[in-house]
Amino acid sequence: MKVVGFLMLLAGWFLALAAIVLFASLSLRGAFVLAGVAVETLGLILVFRSHLIPREEKG
Amino acid sequence: MPAVKLTEVTTAACLFFIFLVPLAGAGLALMNVGLGRSRSAGHMMMASLCAFAVAAIAYFVCGFAWQGFIGSPAHFITLSGKSWNWIAAEPFFFRKFSFDGSAVSLTALLQIFCVGFAALIPLGSGADRWRLRASCLSTGMLAAWTYPLFAHWVWGGGWLAQLGINYGIGRGFLDVGGASSIQVLGGLTALAVTWILGPRRGKYSADGMAPAIPGHNAVLVLFGCMLALVGWIGLNCASAILFTGGAASGAALIAINTLLAASASALTAAFITKVRFGKPDASLTANGWVGGLVAVSASCAFVSPAEAVVIGSIAGAVVIFSVEWFELRMEVDDPGGSISVHAVAGIWGLLALGVFGQFQRPVLNVVVDSLPAVTNAIASGQWLAQLIGVATLVGFVLPLTYGANRLINRFYPFRVSVEGERQGMDLHELGAGAYPEFVTHTDEFLPR
Repeated sequence: MKVVGFLMLLAGWFLALAAIVLFASLSLRGAFVLAGVAVETLGLILVFRSHLIPREEKG
Repeated sequence: MPAVKLTEVTTAACLFFIFLVPLAGAGLALMNVGLGRSRSAGHMMMASLCAFAVAAIAYFVCGFAWQGFIGSPAHFITLSGKSWNWIAAEPFFFRKFSFDGSAVSLTALLQIFCVGFAALIPLGSGADRWRLRASCLSTGMLAAWTYPLFAHWVWGGGWLAQLGINYGIGRGFLDVGGASSIQVLGGLTALAVTWILGPRRGKYSADGMAPAIPGHNAVLVLFGCMLALVGWIGLNCASAILFTGGAASGAALIAINTLLAASASALTAAFITKVRFGKPDASLTANGWVGGLVAVSASCAFVSPAEAVVIGSIAGAVVIFSVEWFELRMEVDDPGGSISVHAVAGIWGLLALGVFGQFQRPVLNVVVDSLPAVTNAIASGQWLAQLIGVATLVGFVLPLTYGANRLINRFYPFRVSVEGERQGMDLHELGAGAYPEFVTHTDEFLPR
């Protein structure tokens, strides 16, 4: 889960970079960069969840 | 992209501002000490000093060579006919470098302080359990590679700064005082370090409770806030002159904005903690103060005092709720609150520039004639440039710093032994306590 999360972070960043290169209009670029940020958010959620402490290790 | 030209008066003012910057580091170090346990206080201060030293040496060896400055030789990648400046190509060890009072030499001086400042941020998260030598290795990585790479993109004429020139996205990614390259980068490194270290023993119990482990000296924490303000004013003013081409006469507005944002943020934090817990919380108010300083760093030269108050107020609320969210929901044990204060408030500050920024003069990293002199940030697409910068920090810098620190941890484990943590970092790693005359703690938990 951790590795997938970090890969999603990178994927979201590449989406934002691709938006800069591929599109000319501000709105299209904005939409794709926002999509990239959304992918990064999902990746962050996965990474955070993968670092939750197992119950048996608490205490 | 031309380098900034300084008059004698501006050079003198800039030098004065730069000499204030180490006070920000001193303030942060005191805060980290006060927010940790008494049995690790000496260790934290020692780690702060060592981190500053390692950062200075590593930055001297290769950091500045990779960061460069505006107009320095650099490596480019060509994409769709546009040049992407991704890393500087200066010689190592400051070779071929003349210290003649030029903007370039002042940039080197400011940056060597800035990288030390960034290196102090993760120490707050690793308090009470991060081994000294491991923290020095991590700092070396930050100062030699992570910081210079991203700082080049923002302050060295890199591709983020050139988004305006190359693609017409606002004025390119803007960050006057280092909200991204110092604060968010340091905060994300703090997050990576906290994930690798895990929580302090006894922080999370099996029944789901997370008892607070209060800092041992509120006086140090609050005095650190005062020192940080002075350093931050110097940092914001010097950066505005060197990286955005601002005049020394703009220092008054920058200093007022810095103070107002910190004040609004601290008062918001005090108010929220008073409403929620019955009494204002000193450590969270201090975190709010620094959160305000962090948030306004990005935009201090481009917003009005009223907007600085709004930015600071929101930063105060963001810091308070994110501290709780990280600690209770995400089980991230961050004794110094570094992740919330530096990463979360910094991201808010970067986005706020894209909303509130007003550009009354040409900014250094745009082609002067390409945009009208007064441009609203939203209409010009500045918000998009800021968003791309934030996406780069979260999507690239976080995996980079996490991977680098995991690699170091593999060969030299970060975390102190169970016995060392029980004994305290002072006795275990330094052989002497910070407060030898006093009984500083009892054994509040048993080794497993």
